Amino acid sequence: MPKLNKKNKVILAAVLVSVSFLLKELMGYDPLTIVFMLATTAVAGIPIFKKAFEALKYRIVGIDALVTIAVTGALFIGEYWEAAAVTFLFMFGDYLESRTIEKTRSSIKALLDLAPDTARVIRDGTEIELDPEDVIEGDIVIVKPGEKISVDGTIVEGNAYVNQAAITGESLPLNKEVEDGVFSGTIVESGYLKIRADKIGDDTTFARILEMVEEAQDKKAKTQKFLERFSRYYTPGIIVLAAALYFFTRDLVLSLTLLVIACPGALVISTPVSIVAGIGNGAKHGVLVKGGEIMEKLGTIKVIAFDKTGTLTIGKPTVTEVAAFGIEKNELLRIAAIGEGYSEHPLGRAIINYASEQLGSIEGHPEEAEMVTGQGIRAKIEGQVYLLGNRKLFNENGYDLEKYEEILRSEEDKGQTAVIVGAEGNVLGIIAIADVVREDAKKLIKNLKEQGISKVVMLTGDNERAAKAIAKELELDGYYAELLPQDKVRVLMELQEKYGPAGMVGDGVNDAPALASAELGIAVGGAGKDVAMETADVILMSEEIRKLSHAIGLSRATVRNMKQNIYFAIAVAALLLMGVLVKTVNLSLGMLVHEMSVLLVIINAVRLLGFGDKGSSRKKVLQTGE
Amino acid sequence: MIKKTYQLETLTCPSCTMKLEGMLKQTEGVEEYEVFFNTSKIKLTYDESIVDSETIKNKIARLGFEVLKEK
Repeated sequence: MPKLNKKNKVILAAVLVSVSFLLKELMGYDPLTIVFMLATTAVAGIPIFKKAFEALKYRIVGIDALVTIAVTGALFIGEYWEAAAVTFLFMFGDYLESRTIEKTRSSIKALLDLAPDTARVIRDGTEIELDPEDVIEGDIVIVKPGEKISVDGTIVEGNAYVNQAAITGESLPLNKEVEDGVFSGTIVESGYLKIRADKIGDDTTFARILEMVEEAQDKKAKTQKFLERFSRYYTPGIIVLAAALYFFTRDLVLSLTLLVIACPGALVISTPVSIVAGIGNGAKHGVLVKGGEIMEKLGTIKVIAFDKTGTLTIGKPTVTEVAAFGIEKNELLRIAAIGEGYSEHPLGRAIINYASEQLGSIEGHPEEAEMVTGQGIRAKIEGQVYLLGNRKLFNENGYDLEKYEEILRSEEDKGQTAVIVGAEGNVLGIIAIADVVREDAKKLIKNLKEQGISKVVMLTGDNERAAKAIAKELELDGYYAELLPQDKVRVLMELQEKYGPAGMVGDGVNDAPALASAELGIAVGGAGKDVAMETADVILMSEEIRKLSHAIGLSRATVRNMKQNIYFAIAVAALLLMGVLVKTVNLSLGMLVHEMSVLLVIINAVRLLGFGDKGSSRKKVLQTGE
Repeated sequence: MIKKTYQLETLTCPSCTMKLEGMLKQTEGVEEYEVFFNTSKIKLTYDESIVDSETIKNKIARLGFEVLKEK
């Protein structure tokens, strides 16, 4: 027999089965009709029989074994049409299933397509194109607009807008400049970059994400493990049952039909298709869920504990308020920025950053500057001596802060640090600095409560006052301050004991132990942070913390989808069984319904890919009607 | 010891993975193996003095699965 590919075999079988059907209707069971029916059975059936025998060698009784017995039996009793129809339907069904099942995996495929395929590198002064695998660490890689960055590296020349959707799921391009890090797989939208290659090939963040997503899809859910164990005994069990049925009723057709309709196809596939579609949806939205079991668990957590710095907050002190007394606000800022010019202190950096945002770049240096440890700075600027620092600095220099007490205290109660600026005994201004809360944090907390999380709390190493202020601003259910990393683990354990499974959300910098010990560890801004990516169960690739709410909704939608599939598969099997027993379902109809149920289960899973695309993430998105 | 990854055509039923696992378990020279249903991949290590890649691929083909790529 000439070698045909699967598609052509399906077409050939389809033609043969159609001719058989026509002949049967026109001329009845003529020898010619029977020849066509046998030919159909041969074309469609032989691959099934071969598979069944091969598998038997390894002592595995699968669905094809059931079909083989049923078809052999049908031929034996002269039911040639049934044999032809059953083999054709089984083959055709399998073909359609492989096409639709690919859909459930399409998000991952899309991710694979994002992998860079060429790299432009400077070697010996000339530009050459290479396979990204052949780039060496330290090479200078050139990327032009519209091209993909092929390595993880640091920009050495140029600036550009880079779309990082492949890594973080964030669709807005980011401005990247010299010294900034860039990821392989991201796209330069405009601009021109020279990048020093730091990590290449399989070591890049992109390659590692791909590998994790691939592995995640095949980490089985609990339900799936159960169903697989079940089908291992179920299929041989059905053969025994059919044999027993024949023994008692002497009705061969009935027993054979039982074999076909009892195929557990829809049931065993119900869980893996939902999980893979769910994980695919997550990957598309920048949420990596590491496996089926975690996907099942994520929607059931009762407590969520957040780390503060870098998770609920941006993690960098920022100027939040400027109050000026008897001086222009901008002038105050300019002086403060110059005064802090030599400062390495994070508060000083915050002032400089804010001033250059407001006023453009600041020119000038203090003529003299003196650091007063634990207090601030004394600086001479344009002939005038200024003081910049805390209460202590001003008290020791004989300033009267009485008038400003109220402002200072209210800033402190809000968890802010106040930097006072003064000269010649007069206070000129107060600059309030705080680590600001992420824009989407408040919305996230609200969403989580609406999603039925019973306790949303914060664990932080920071002081009581700062923690209290943020807990109040975000309307958290509680906070635990001044914790060491090991204390966080202890508090988590207590919370889990009291309220049920807890998820710990952190940025992975100093909370790795807590991430690992929680029922579920969730890392924020995981891209590029190796430890966080390894320890966490769920990784939010970007800094967009509100994706957590999407992840929880997705987990629930996936579990719901899985359950729909399981109940549907069981219901169809039960209906078919009844149909067989009252003899309204014959072999070919049984096979048709069975194959259709498998297809419907897959199509139901495909719907998950659209979850969260429209409307809020809490809403169930129905793309296709059921 | 050689490490290989085979990319198969789309696996449609979890029982396919059971067959492949059963086969690999009984193939002399195959030391470690994993069959991934959702990605339709086999990752394995084998002892090249006992078995070669062609033999393994043939066995996979006889179970009815096409090997699309190997790495």
